[in-house]
This record gives sequence, structure tokens and C-alpha cells, in this order.
Amino acid sequence: MQADPCLPSSFGTIKMFLARIVGNVVASVKDPQLAGKKILVVQPVDPHGRDRGEKLLALDSVGAGAGEIVYCCRGREASFPWHPDEVPTEASIVAIVDRIDLETGDSK
Amino acid sequence: MLIGRVIGEVVATQKAPSHAGRKVLAVQPLNLDGTDRGDVILALDAVDAGAGDRVLVVAEGWSAMTAVGREHAPIDMAIVGVIDAVTLAP
Repeated sequence: MQADPCLPSSFGTIKMFLARIVGNVVASVKDPQLAGKKILVVQPVDPHGRDRGEKLLALDSVGAGAGEIVYCCRGREASFPWHPDEVPTEASIVAIVDRIDLETGDSK
Repeated sequence: MLIGRVIGEVVATQKAPSHAGRKVLAVQPLNLDGTDRGDVILALDAVDAGAGDRVLVVAEGWSAMTAVGREHAPIDMAIVGVIDAVTLAP
């Protein structure tokens, strides 16, 4: 699998990953299917909140806000939160994380 | 498909409806020799795996959705097995 330039990993594209909201993008001229949807800038992070890889843009489907930790979905499936509408996105925010319980017992 | 080790669980009350009722586990992908391979990923659990389990992860949307029984869902990865042993030819 070809490594994803946005999210480098040794086995190719990381499809579901944790991220922090670090910005948003406003575009008045855009595909009609993107109307009314927030385009956010996300920074992928590891379970300890440390930055991992490059920032990318993701469509928000859960009302996430700046600074929140979320998890995202990529690829064709990223348009499914708006099914049956055909939304042109390959990265979507699908959850706002409350906490992460790690095996070592410390929650983040 | 990937081999990985479950290192934790991600708890989110506000999420895509199709993720409800399924654990979202943090998985560290592994090489065959057990060493870490790349970044931690998230996967929906279809086989009731727990922390520390060595698991089989499917990394493609259609298969992942089917494994957790949720059609047209924003799901890319799912845990589809708990691994007992990996045997390599000499």
C-alpha cells in the first residue's frame, strides 16, 4: 500500500485515527454538497495527544470545536455520515473523544 | 489485514450513530516478530477483544462495516479476530 502523504505510516494509509482540531477553512464557492458543513483543520495525534504526521482537512459530522480531540474516518466511507447524499470528502470527523483508557491504566 | 495489539479503548458519547454499541479500540499494529509497526490506529470491535489481546484487524471500509454489521457507516477498520498463535515456516 502506498504511504499516505498526509499521514505517513509504515503500512500505508491510516484510516481511523485520533486528531485534535486546530483550525477551520471557510469557502463560499464550493461543491453544493459541502454547503452547510464545517471544514476543519485536524492534527493527527497519538493516544497521548502528541502530534503524529501532517495536518489535513476533514469534514465535521458531529459538531466538533477548536482544541477538541476527535477521531476521524477516511476514504469512501468518510461520506457515509451524510448517506444517501454523495458528499465529496475523503476524511470526516465522526466522534468527539471523551477519554482514552490506555492499557497501562492511565486515562487521557 | 493487520496483526495488532489492543492498547486501550476510546470512549466517545458524541459520535456517528452507526458507531453506537460498539467499542472503539486503540490498536498498535505489529510486525510478525511482535515489534511495533507504524502508528496507533483505531478499530471498531466485532469480537469482544480486550486490552492486551493480539488481534486481527481488517483495514478496508466495506469489510469493516460488514464485520460490525453496520451498512453505509463511516467505519474503516474493524477487529475481526483474536489471535492465539502465529506460526512461520522455517
